[in-house]
Amino acid sequence: MKALFFILIFFVIGTAFWQFFKLLGLTKKDQVATEKENDINGWLMLGLGGFVYGLMLYSMFQGRVVLLPRLSASLEGEDIDNLFVITMGLILVVQFITQFLIYYFTFKYRGTKGRKAMFYADSHKLEMWWTITPTVVLSVLIIYGLWTWNNVQDLSDAENPLIIEVYAKQFQWEARYAGEDNQLGLGHVNFIKGINTMGVDMSDKNSADDIPVRELHLPKGRKVIFKFRSQDVMHSAYMPHFRAQINCVPGMVTSFGFTPTVTTEEMRLNEDTKAKFDAINELRVEEGKEEVEFDYLLLCNKICGASHYNMQMKVVVQEEEDFNKWLKEQKTLAQVINN
Amino acid sequence: MSDHHHHKETFVTKYIFSQDHKMIAKQYLITGMFMGVIGVFMSMLFRLQLAYPDQSFSIIEAFLGKWGEGGQMTPDMYMGLVTIHGTIMVFFVLTAGLSGTFSNLLIPLQIGARDMASGFLNMISYWLFFLSSLIMFLSIFVHTGMASAGWTIYPPLSALPQAMSGSGLGMTLWLVSMAIFIASSLMGSLNYIVTVLNLRTKGMKMTRLPLTIWAFFITAIIGVISFPVLLSAALLLIFDRSFGTSFFLSDIFIQGEVLHYKGGSPILFEHLFWFLGHPEVYIILLPALGITSEVISTNARKPIFGYRAMIGSIMAIAFLSTIVWGHHMFVTGMNPFLGSVFTFTTLLIAIPSAVKAFNYITTLWRGNLQLNPAMLFSIGMVSTFITGGLTGLILGDSALDINVHDTMFVVAHFHLVMGISALFGMFAGVYHWFPKMYGKMMNKDMGYLHFWLTAISAYGVFFPMHFIGLAGLPRRYYSNSAFPMFDDLLHINKVITVFAIIGGVSQIIFLANFFFSISKGKKASQNPWKGNTLEWTAPVEHMHGNWPGEIPEVHRWAYDYSKTDENGDLWGGQDFTPQSVPIRDGEEEF
Ligand code: HEM
Ligand SMILES: [Cu+2]
Ligand SMILES: [Cu+2]
Repeated sequence: MKALFFILIFFVIGTAFWQFFKLLGLTKKDQVATEKENDINGWLMLGLGGFVYGLMLYSMFQGRVVLLPRLSASLEGEDIDNLFVITMGLILVVQFITQFLIYYFTFKYRGTKGRKAMFYADSHKLEMWWTITPTVVLSVLIIYGLWTWNNVQDLSDAENPLIIEVYAKQFQWEARYAGEDNQLGLGHVNFIKGINTMGVDMSDKNSADDIPVRELHLPKGRKVIFKFRSQDVMHSAYMPHFRAQINCVPGMVTSFGFTPTVTTEEMRLNEDTKAKFDAINELRVEEGKEEVEFDYLLLCNKICGASHYNMQMKVVVQEEEDFNKWLKEQKTLAQVINN
Repeated sequence: MSDHHHHKETFVTKYIFSQDHKMIAKQYLITGMFMGVIGVFMSMLFRLQLAYPDQSFSIIEAFLGKWGEGGQMTPDMYMGLVTIHGTIMVFFVLTAGLSGTFSNLLIPLQIGARDMASGFLNMISYWLFFLSSLIMFLSIFVHTGMASAGWTIYPPLSALPQAMSGSGLGMTLWLVSMAIFIASSLMGSLNYIVTVLNLRTKGMKMTRLPLTIWAFFITAIIGVISFPVLLSAALLLIFDRSFGTSFFLSDIFIQGEVLHYKGGSPILFEHLFWFLGHPEVYIILLPALGITSEVISTNARKPIFGYRAMIGSIMAIAFLSTIVWGHHMFVTGMNPFLGSVFTFTTLLIAIPSAVKAFNYITTLWRGNLQLNPAMLFSIGMVSTFITGGLTGLILGDSALDINVHDTMFVVAHFHLVMGISALFGMFAGVYHWFPKMYGKMMNKDMGYLHFWLTAISAYGVFFPMHFIGLAGLPRRYYSNSAFPMFDDLLHINKVITVFAIIGGVSQIIFLANFFFSISKGKKASQNPWKGNTLEWTAPVEHMHGNWPGEIPEVHRWAYDYSKTDENGDLWGGQDFTPQSVPIRDGEEEF
């Protein structure tokens, strides 16, 4: 019933417009834009250019508070950030120049009676320039990009990495540390039963010492290699502060690695983080919610069902000794399952 | 539609089962507009949710019923709306609505043909499109909910009804609708290709074709290459869903149960999907670029700058677009070496795109710009194309994509570069060729108002959206309130939603203008914009066969605007020379 009401409202608005320009329609003579219209629209186009610039600058200044801390929490992320800054700088320069040309030319050459358009159909020299320049600039970007990518993706050079399995399901993350032997026991959905929620094959000799957890702790300064599995649909493990993301695909194991460099405590003291969380807490207090502290998070970044927006796990980065102490306190799979 | 002088045609053969390309074009346009209204309306509903996650709105309850009880939509409904919005906008509005309309209208008229190569196939292709639209539209109302796995419908989510409610009947209908859609699109494309190759009038060499035709022609070729791959993906998915095969599924435990699937891979689906999905972006974009080339040149009263380079870059873009699909899959865990290859090919596309952008800008330079609504939309299109295209450098670079993949940054990027640009191209086309379609003029003042509101809100919606993406906000999140880390984004989200509503509502101006002008618009003259292309030599009143007598012969390219003779005077004393005018003594053909 209410839908009908809203449709009616739209109908009324539509009719109002209709009536409004029925009046206008009668007064229109010219088909091509008149000189006056060109003039008005030329100025307005200049205004639109200004609006686009204003919006860009405003967004950049206002937006910087909401961004992720500029400090990457992983070693590999630093390369990514450098590449990002260079690319972004380049984009902004090109954007500012090209938009200026578009709106300024539109304004400057808006049609008037006296103006003669120029017959200028071709210039191989010009075209060569704007083929070669992007090619050169892109070559640099491509080479730097590929170098970074290979750096980030290459897990073979890690010395004594920590091995962790991250396990995704609707709508939860679980994780498992490889334990004493630093080898993960095999896992398969066929073994999921009762409290063996990750489907670990307990007959595999590597399994017993594995350590299941519901909160990720990572040691600062040691390379962590993650193995990802999913039991049902695709999920994506996204840890934005570490500049890390990879899909969790049922029937497949994917992997990713990075070296955490900033503990949770340190990140809480970071300038950007403080500014961001001060702003957040101000809003929360206004709404009568409790204040919060910064925490690293693992989010799900692939549409995976109704609670996709809600699928998270806390990540804690600690000094290595604190981490080791924490890990010792956790129960192994053998202890959990065989009890 | 004041077409009096036809005798044999009945109402049905003239307006419904018409085989005339001009009528079919209008049918495509109006169906596309209907779907567009639904798509835009959906985006307004889910934008409300994002800006006011805890508030209730009676409009939500009114339209969504049990999915919006208490004035708040459910997460399932949110994902359904996003999915159908994306699907409708990409395929039904901008593929069929844009390409279908203008390819049908312009190919025969601009190359000098009486009609498409096969009018019958053309008619079938429209009616299949209509059928698929109808099914997609009805799928919104099934009681288990519309398809909600995102427009990319990745399995297993889309394959397992137990994974979410929208993966039931809604998903089946989605797949059926798309299969029919693809059949329709293939028929259309084959027709366009054959027509351009075979039915050009005398003198219409390939190197004299207007850029619109080049764009439609190449678009059709990409479509024919890549749509069948999506069809195969859809068929295999139907098999997995209904007949127990395991093409895309393996090792799944869901709802307390191990399923029987073995040995398949969802990644295979992604390859098949994006082999169409990526070129699809250009299937949408190229026709819009073709239209803007034409409109900008005509209204700048200048030849399009670098005609040959424009054709070359269309071809380069088309070719490259078919070998970059993997950039949607950088974070799927595929071999890093493949990631490198796709980064390389993806970033190469920036070169022909830059050539196009600079050529447009140079065309504006020292012109005599007629800033009517079509021209404004075309210039706006160049602007959004550049703004959106530049952020593609970030997404196309595998190392950077790690951090922004599937965030709102992506949504901002693709809306500007293909959603808004193509939509602007479509509007430009409607304003420019409305006189050709209906023999009437659209109201200019309403057109200006429409442009200003639309352009400001397009930037207002999609520019700030980059920042919530860079803040780490994933896309397809029903609400950000589960993460305190995103609390400070609410403010930006409200700004975006306000602009979205302004933008959405201002489309009513366009619709009112469009339908009003069909019946009440001022009568158009034969060549209202003083254009060079052949369609303006055909009579205003539509007729079967397009030209009453002989089809005009072509003697020159389409862009002889403001050409001067050796004394520096305009040839013939006017600033345009239609393609049908023979080369004059002492004149050099460009
Ligand atoms: C009124 C203007 C529009 C607004 C406000 C709007 C807004 C949005 C938003 C907020 C999303 C959801 C993002 C997410 O959660 O992932 C979305 C998705 C999408 N939109 Fe739009 N949009 C508009 C017009 C268009 C147009 C013209 C296109 C045509 C290309 C389009 C294509 C899409 C696609 C493909 C998706 C992705 C759907 C998915 O995630 O499966 N939209 N839109
Ligand atoms: Cu998930
Ligand atoms: Cu998810």
